[in-house]
Amino acid sequence: MSRIKNAFANNNKAFIAFLTAGDPSIDKTEEFIYKLIEGGADLIEIGIPFSDPIAEGAVIQSANIRSLSGGTRIKNVFELVERVRKNTQIPLVFLTYMNTVFKYGTEEFFRKCSETGIDGIIIPDLPFEEKGEIKEPANKYGVDIISLIAPTSENRIKLIAQESEGFVYVVSSMGVTGMRSEIKTDLKSITESVRKYTDNPIAIGFGINSPEQAEKYSKIADGVIVGSAIVKIIEQHRENSGEYLKEYANKMKSAMI
Amino acid sequence: MSEKGRYGIHGGQYIPETLMNEIHHLEECYEFYKNDKEFNDELNTLLKEYAGRPSLLYYAEKMTKDLGGAKIYLKREDLNHTGSHKINNVLGQVLMAKKMGKTRVIAETGAGQHGVATATAAALLGMECEIFMGKEDTDRQRLNVYRMELLGAKVHAVTSGTQTLKDAVNETMREWVSRVHDTHYVLGSVMGPHPFPMIVRDFQSVISKEAREQILEKEGRLPSAVLACVGGGSNAMGMFYNFINDKDVKLIGCEAAGKGVDTDRTAATMATGKLGIFHGMKSYFCQDDDGQIAPVYSISAGLDYPGVGPEHAYLRDSGRAEYVPVTDDEAVEAFEYIAKTEGIICAIESAHAVAHVMKIAKNYSKDDIIIVCISGRGDKDVAAIARYRGVDINE
Repeated sequence: MSRIKNAFANNNKAFIAFLTAGDPSIDKTEEFIYKLIEGGADLIEIGIPFSDPIAEGAVIQSANIRSLSGGTRIKNVFELVERVRKNTQIPLVFLTYMNTVFKYGTEEFFRKCSETGIDGIIIPDLPFEEKGEIKEPANKYGVDIISLIAPTSENRIKLIAQESEGFVYVVSSMGVTGMRSEIKTDLKSITESVRKYTDNPIAIGFGINSPEQAEKYSKIADGVIVGSAIVKIIEQHRENSGEYLKEYANKMKSAMI
Repeated sequence: MSEKGRYGIHGGQYIPETLMNEIHHLEECYEFYKNDKEFNDELNTLLKEYAGRPSLLYYAEKMTKDLGGAKIYLKREDLNHTGSHKINNVLGQVLMAKKMGKTRVIAETGAGQHGVATATAAALLGMECEIFMGKEDTDRQRLNVYRMELLGAKVHAVTSGTQTLKDAVNETMREWVSRVHDTHYVLGSVMGPHPFPMIVRDFQSVISKEAREQILEKEGRLPSAVLACVGGGSNAMGMFYNFINDKDVKLIGCEAAGKGVDTDRTAATMATGKLGIFHGMKSYFCQDDDGQIAPVYSISAGLDYPGVGPEHAYLRDSGRAEYVPVTDDEAVEAFEYIAKTEGIICAIESAHAVAHVMKIAKNYSKDDIIIVCISGRGDKDVAAIARYRGVDINE
């Protein structure tokens, strides 16, 4: 079984934690990943910082800027993955924008993912129609392409779900990433519709930040993804975020059934 | 186009899933309306009665004599209502958006020309309008900000990233992803995901359609070259399009070199950019080795963009068009030159094309014709040019 599938095995509701690599430093990101795992994270989503993250709200945008201002390079992010992989078998997925992969050289990028221990990749500006851009090398090097399904996907759900790999990322709300007090989308009907076309686990993300939301959506889906709330903790506590992250992950994971 | 939305290897639809159904819907609507008689009649009436088309093709006799070579004609898009070519595209898109049932339009703007045009069309057609403009640009183009507000638009100063045009595009994309059901994104250039490069090109192609007819009527022959400035590339695409099949007509795009292509203060994408995927399209972008989009610079807020439309990228690859860099200094000199010589205060964007014709006119014979697209008028730039020359005037 793949590491990603492992995270959802035996009906485990997966807590998926996102953080931006290099905020505030690569060393600290490594430490924070371990703390999130100690707190109960089942899968870690590592954001490769990008100059123009169009799918991100203000919180993660700022983390991207902080990381890049601190001098983070792609090679540092791969070094981070390599180090983390030596210490844990937790599934690791990248969140990155297409230009990062393209400029690195798509083939070389996925070879490097495989070599360092990345299990999957999420590219918010690569819709189903353009998947051909990465499909061959991603499959060749065994990196799952995690597909996103949005509240507006409707008739596209079948198309996307049928070809999904790893898990399906259901976007909870319109717009960009960021904490939301209320999510209005009918996520139950979307997840039900996704399940008709795939056996892959489903995780819900965008806007989720409270244990109440984690509980609510873990009943509908197989996992929840939290990004901005984690990045916000890092923004507040900087180098000292470790224990806060552990505590937060624990709180969220405990709320999930 | 080799396949849907592709220009050679360029173009495509690299956007978030949330927008995919909307972009497909837009494509369907456009395919319908572009052949719809009622839509075209309405649009043509607006272009004629409201925007003032056709725009003049003016023989610049004094420039011709002074530069001593080719006969120079100016395609006067600066004389359009709102003062630039942007109105051509905006009337088309906003009219279509209204027919699609949208009640709100949003747009990015650099110099403010596209924002003003969009706010104008929104006022005319009764749509809600919000404009996103980099903070740096709202500072250097304060008059245009106030113009947009006069027209009833809400202007957002974008403080993320480099606070210029690319960040305005980012923010408008983010806004569109947040509210797509009642909102149309009036993209201002021949860029972004398919079908935008095609839609904007088609609406702007009226420039070369007219220019070609006008020059044949005036001179009975085609020009040897047509010149236009290129940021994203909308006026250039409009100026080139109907000449693409005229193989003997040279197509020359003039991009903003800022302080020079060998400095890091430049926006010359063709000269310094590399192939990439950004803002919904594959094309050339100014970027570093990690693919981080470069903070570009030009005195011209309208050309201050790190990418270029995919069809331009293709025209370059195929050798059909040539792209040349023009520095701030050269553009400012041209701005002053055409004012003194022809009595035309053109936009600093357009001055990039004027600067290049000043360089090349003498290489042509008196039998040759060069058409330069004056994409906009320069009232908005007067204060900035004064500052550039060390004259402190209040706007």
